[in-house]
Amino acid sequence: MATATFRIWRGEKGRGQFRDYTAEVAAGMVVLDVVHQIQAEQAGDLAVRWNCKAGRCGSCSAEINGMPKLMCMTRLNALALDKPVTIQPMKAFPHIKDLVTDVSWNYEVKERIPKFKPRPPDALDATWRIAQEDVERVQEFRKCIECYLCQDVCHVLREHHMQEQFIGPRFLVHVAALEMHPLDVGDRLQDLRTQFGIGLCNITKCCTNVCPEGITITDNAIIPLKERVVDRFFDPLGKLFRIFTARET
Amino acid sequence: MAEYVTHEHDVLIIGAGGAGLRAAVEASAAGVKVALISKSLLGKAHTVMAEGGIAAAMGNVDDRDNWRVHFADTMRGGQYLSNWRMAELHAKEAPARVRELEAWGALFDRTIDGRILQRNFGGHRYPRLAHVGDRTGLEMIRTLQDHGIHLGLDVFMEHTIVRLLKHGERIAGAFGYDRERGRFHLFRAKAVVLATGGIGRAYKITSNSWEYTGDGHSLAFHAGAALMDMEFVQFHPTGMIWPPSVRGILVTEGVRGEGGVLRNRNGERFMFKDIPPLYVNQTASSEEEGWRYTQGDKEAKRPPELLTRDHVARCIRREVREGRGSPHGGVFLDIAWIKAKIPHAAEHIKKKLPSMYHQFKQLADIDITQEAMEVGPTTHYMMGGVRVDADSQMSDVPGLFAAGECAAGLHGANRLGGNSLSDLLVFGQRAGEYAATFAKEHSFGNTDDGELKSAETWALQPFERKNSENPYAVQHTLQDVMQDLVGIVRQEQEMLEALDRIRELKAASERVSVDGNREYNAGWHTALDLYHLLTVSEIVTRAALERKESRGAHFRDDFPEKNDRFGAFNIVVRKGADGAMQFSRESIPPMQQDLQQIIEEMK
Repeated sequence: MATATFRIWRGEKGRGQFRDYTAEVAAGMVVLDVVHQIQAEQAGDLAVRWNCKAGRCGSCSAEINGMPKLMCMTRLNALALDKPVTIQPMKAFPHIKDLVTDVSWNYEVKERIPKFKPRPPDALDATWRIAQEDVERVQEFRKCIECYLCQDVCHVLREHHMQEQFIGPRFLVHVAALEMHPLDVGDRLQDLRTQFGIGLCNITKCCTNVCPEGITITDNAIIPLKERVVDRFFDPLGKLFRIFTARET
Repeated sequence: MAEYVTHEHDVLIIGAGGAGLRAAVEASAAGVKVALISKSLLGKAHTVMAEGGIAAAMGNVDDRDNWRVHFADTMRGGQYLSNWRMAELHAKEAPARVRELEAWGALFDRTIDGRILQRNFGGHRYPRLAHVGDRTGLEMIRTLQDHGIHLGLDVFMEHTIVRLLKHGERIAGAFGYDRERGRFHLFRAKAVVLATGGIGRAYKITSNSWEYTGDGHSLAFHAGAALMDMEFVQFHPTGMIWPPSVRGILVTEGVRGEGGVLRNRNGERFMFKDIPPLYVNQTASSEEEGWRYTQGDKEAKRPPELLTRDHVARCIRREVREGRGSPHGGVFLDIAWIKAKIPHAAEHIKKKLPSMYHQFKQLADIDITQEAMEVGPTTHYMMGGVRVDADSQMSDVPGLFAAGECAAGLHGANRLGGNSLSDLLVFGQRAGEYAATFAKEHSFGNTDDGELKSAETWALQPFERKNSENPYAVQHTLQDVMQDLVGIVRQEQEMLEALDRIRELKAASERVSVDGNREYNAGWHTALDLYHLLTVSEIVTRAALERKESRGAHFRDDFPEKNDRFGAFNIVVRKGADGAMQFSRESIPPMQQDLQQIIEEMK
């Protein structure tokens, strides 16, 4: 059976180093299989998060050869095995141990977003009537598995650490899902403009590129939200001027 | 006491999947202080994997459906071992629980007139499953999570409970650790709800994740609660089998609901060969009629691929055993064939089964719109669990409640697909409501410092030992034992051998050692999970030995027939005063007259 080398980040609270492990590889294996094998045979205390192992729960996010990916959906035959495969934790979040990071900030952000608020029921039996096409319009956003790879790769969070001012692509998708929900009557545009920091996104589409669910985050969620904010708060004629002044204040 | 991080709540909910979240929402709404403990991050529980839908007799697609039909279907599917009161409550309340999800933001697929669409599923007479493509579980857990976080719950993510605590006979709280730092926590509570899910990790081939180590079952048993129906483990007929690393991952029954068929290597629709007597009147007599059923023809009967899971799993096993299997030891599940029936079939399949398309494409290089999948049975669900009062979900231990997969009663000998998500909602809601009521009527119980100390000492022992048994190796061996000796087809000799092996593994589990420190140490967590896994494995095996017949998910090679005598009771286990497992046969109470009449009418 063939073997390959896996260079895994080991350590706690940001301190640590890469360590090489040699593991046997077989047809069809994914990176998470190798990590489990190393855990069971060579490094019992290796910390890794995982659950469904089918790309459905979004727990096993990591950076594989520098690319943010789900370990359970990254097949070894998509990687060059003649040199070490590096596996390291997501960089944008505080490190806990080995491949595990502290993603609790994401949960705090979500609590700050005003929750779903439906219009009064349409029918006497307190139910709603919704067209399938209206359901389908937002399904793309509701597919999100909260793996936070988009947050990991967003330079506003990753390089500029603007967690205080910006909620990140995951939660802009969440706001889009609420704003475009056929029953929702809530209004989050003021929040988007101010405390959610939508203006900080400069649409480089890094988030879209790493989404394992293939959600077109920038084009379908963020840009339409930006347009709504612009329509609401900025008179078309004075738009450029006012964007400028808004950024200055 | 001061050495443990201590938390006080009216209601403590252990488990944050569908049942735990629904219970938490309900208890919070009742105005009590609630803690929700999650072994993983919030929103990652196995509920996200549920694909098919939520069974609720709303009658949106076929107005002949109502709670009576759903009740009869559930009882028939459970081979009449179900708690009939739970089956009644479930069938009556599921529609309201689904509508409530919609009011909290869930978006289901729609009918032409804009109501919630419902799909066909195994064992359900009419189209009954509210769904969102094939990712209903994600929609449900996300809706509950996003609703729940605004209710003031205290959520403890990545915490694991190792012991329940009692004050005299009643519950007083729970003791556990956090994964991040390995600190011990004392959770004092007036009422505790177990919602820990299943035991799938006791088997090698399973659709379950690492979390499903039977914690709730074992915690309740060791706390003195009775468990019931533990011999009934559901093997889902269609798990992935190739490549080896994905073996066991679920392939939704929705594939068959949308017209997918099972074939052996000779291309034969083998499911037509063996149709159980209970279902003859409801099964299509030709392939053509089966197809019409999946396309909504109300006059047609369902294809045999949509018979109950236990039966389909055994038929697949038979085909493989008799040399008619697929190259990797399964059978073929083909949805691509529908291109002969409908235009734009590939787009239709991708729209109806997006997750399945994605899963096979990425993990197996298979395009399901073009070729057949290879599938085989995978350990999926535990019908047995904590015996509870049907209305309140309280166990034998005052103040200890259970809901969802870790509770017994609704599913009897076999669960119907779609009845799990509805179970989580209906009984999660009830457990939350009654736990809150219990908490309002009681004060805090006391916890015993000596008991805490001994639990702590026990939990830390693996660090004291050096270079002894590897916890992962013990777990893998146990999984092999259960898979090989207490699997889909069972017999006495093999199960007795399993008991011997479990005894050895128990001894080995008391010798395991782990390296490293207490912070996020997966080896240590695995070592502690072994206690629960071994407890439930032994209970499953002993209960399976006790039931000397074949019924539902429990099939005995040495007793291949159903035996009416065994249909009159549930097998119940309790922990005796000496710590031994005490099994008893407890008669099923006679069914209420009006419910009995429904069963007769729907035969």
